[in-house]
Amino acid sequence: MNERRVPKLAVGLAAGVALLALAGLGAAGTQPTSKRATVTLLVWDQEVRGGQAAAIKKLNADFQKKYPSIKINRVAKSFTDLQATLKLAASGPNPPDVVEANNGYSAMGPLVKANLLLSLNSYAARYGWRARYSTGLLKMNQFTADSKKFGTGNIYGIPMTGEVVGVYYNKAKLRKLGLKVPTTFAAFEQAITKAKQGGETPIQFGNLDKWPGIHEYEEVLLQYVSRAYARSFIFGSGGGKTNFNSRGAIAAAAKLQAWVKAGAFTNGYAGIGYDPSWQAFGKGNGVFLISGSWLTADLKKALGNDVGFFLLPPAKGKQLATLGGEGLPWAISSKSKNADAAATYLNFLTTNSSMQTVANNGQLTATKAKVRVPSGLDTEVYNAWTKANRTDAIVPYLDWATPTMYDTVTAAVQELMAGKATPSSFAKKIQSDYSKFHSS
Amino acid sequence: MRLRRPARLGGGAARVEPPGAPRHVAYLYLLPALAIYAAFVLAPLGHTIWLSLHQWDGLTPATWVGLDNYSEILHDGALRSAFEHSFVLIVFYAVIPVSLALVLVGALSRASVRGQAGFRTVLFLPQVIPMVVVAVIWRMIYAPGDGPLNRALRGIGLDSLARPWLGDFDLALPAVGVVGTWVMSGLAFVLFMAGVQKIPQSLYDAARVDGAGPLREFFAVTLPNLRGEIAVALTLTTIAALRNFDLVYITTQGGPGDSTSVPAFQVYNRAFQLGQIGSAAAIGFTLACVIFVIAFAITRIADRGQT
Repeated sequence: MNERRVPKLAVGLAAGVALLALAGLGAAGTQPTSKRATVTLLVWDQEVRGGQAAAIKKLNADFQKKYPSIKINRVAKSFTDLQATLKLAASGPNPPDVVEANNGYSAMGPLVKANLLLSLNSYAARYGWRARYSTGLLKMNQFTADSKKFGTGNIYGIPMTGEVVGVYYNKAKLRKLGLKVPTTFAAFEQAITKAKQGGETPIQFGNLDKWPGIHEYEEVLLQYVSRAYARSFIFGSGGGKTNFNSRGAIAAAAKLQAWVKAGAFTNGYAGIGYDPSWQAFGKGNGVFLISGSWLTADLKKALGNDVGFFLLPPAKGKQLATLGGEGLPWAISSKSKNADAAATYLNFLTTNSSMQTVANNGQLTATKAKVRVPSGLDTEVYNAWTKANRTDAIVPYLDWATPTMYDTVTAAVQELMAGKATPSSFAKKIQSDYSKFHSS
Repeated sequence: MRLRRPARLGGGAARVEPPGAPRHVAYLYLLPALAIYAAFVLAPLGHTIWLSLHQWDGLTPATWVGLDNYSEILHDGALRSAFEHSFVLIVFYAVIPVSLALVLVGALSRASVRGQAGFRTVLFLPQVIPMVVVAVIWRMIYAPGDGPLNRALRGIGLDSLARPWLGDFDLALPAVGVVGTWVMSGLAFVLFMAGVQKIPQSLYDAARVDGAGPLREFFAVTLPNLRGEIAVALTLTTIAALRNFDLVYITTQGGPGDSTSVPAFQVYNRAFQLGQIGSAAAIGFTLACVIFVIAFAITRIADRGQT
């Protein structure tokens, strides 16, 4: 009968499969005992621009010299390309052993959830990685194993470079206005007023590309809320109970609106792209520019000795807090057969001597290691970064809070600054995205 | 082997078919093309529909959600307005360019203008430039401070009209639309010019003998004879309006706020940025259906009059 034949066939098939599997296991089992051959690490990174590229090339060469038995097979990709192809590659049959996986819910979270990244806890203990980084920076690489909680749990990556958002200023213009580098938030506001009265554009700004608005708002936000509050909101610690519809968040939104009304920003900022905006600052248009350390090389080239950098100073009696982050964290695939070698590589990239190489190429160093940097703007940015990093004052970007927060917060800041939203409806909009994510 | 064929109407005895009549074996000839079409169009379409019924982040196993992704399109305000924006863009991409081109053609068809080939080339030029380049150029044109548009407005004393066009909540969408008008007008114009040239001169002569003025001539001769071209132009430009992605991506990223967000931009955003592949597939399929319905309607209307 037909009905009988089917199970028999299935049993036969299953037995065959089991045999094949056993044979496979046997083959795999014999491999490690064979004589230790050279290990090849497939590495995917996006260190392709200027100083980044120079740094990683030098580091890879140094690594090969130090560990001749580990061969680095490097695949360099642009950031966008890496973002677009990583998930498919990581879940495919031949994933990269080492990969730069972007922080938060855009890449690291989903990869952790799919069990595709190796927890680095044991390596962190072996190599002492925790001591290398400030707590706030390390949190950016942490997820619980179920990927539900960000900023806590296992370490899934370690950063090589850092980045910090602060205020670039035009030294000549500040001098002409008879102003000193502000040391309190109130002094910064007075400088804005003075600059406006002096016929200057106080803050050079362009928000057509949507994301720069996050910098303007969050830098102000951090003057009105505590680091702990901001981190708890962004990382969702406490189960996403931290409410954005709070006095501090609303006050910061009101302050930003007041700045717009007072003409603190470039005329027509809503229609100016990010690049034209910092390029205009480079041409001597604007007293301040709120942006990140990634502009250091370009602005130094444009303004020479006339450009400086400071962290937005806190109000009197308040802790320093600033927006910042890290270069893409380096992670190891859970499918890697050479995890130990991969960890050796990660460790090498973040040793003190490697940090000096990173600094030599104009990048900010992620660890607490002391390095020498060129004088001028580089020193100012580097000092600001180390001050923030050592005092654990770095708070990540608001859009890390939920997978959809980038869209929500960029649109909301545009509405807020255009007067299309009130400070409280702005806060409510962000909170509603947040509670939707944390209740699901 | 002989294929079975359906009984024919009015057939008494089996008749020998005339040569060239459709035969089932014809399907065999279609097979290679059909196989390619199925592999590269139908299968992905089916896969998209299948995905649109799931919630999937691209990595972990997908969960079946039925029609939830589709009901989201109806109920999510942001998504609904994205579709509304694309209908506004139809006005700028299709209605205005086609009307504009008709007026131009109406004027040009009467008289032979010296250097017509030159005009045609210039008008068609926007079609040749890649959309990304067009978007970058127009971003500069609209720039608030030193953009040519605002400078021109200030130059003629209209300072009050100068504004950050792409950053204005009310004007960003029309500003993006005008770029579409600029690109699509040339296409419509060239299509209509080609159409006009095949209208027999005798029709114009007859109209003139009957005493038709330029306006009458346009509505009685030119317009009806361009029906086919108008349908083609409307179909092409409407599709371009609905699947607009590059222009929005480069100029405004859907901003300010969500005022220029369009479905195709949401498809990209959800699939590649947010890891909401099911939802992206649902939007994509809905968009494809909308495009199909509109294109079908246009050809039906064009055919109906052609008797």
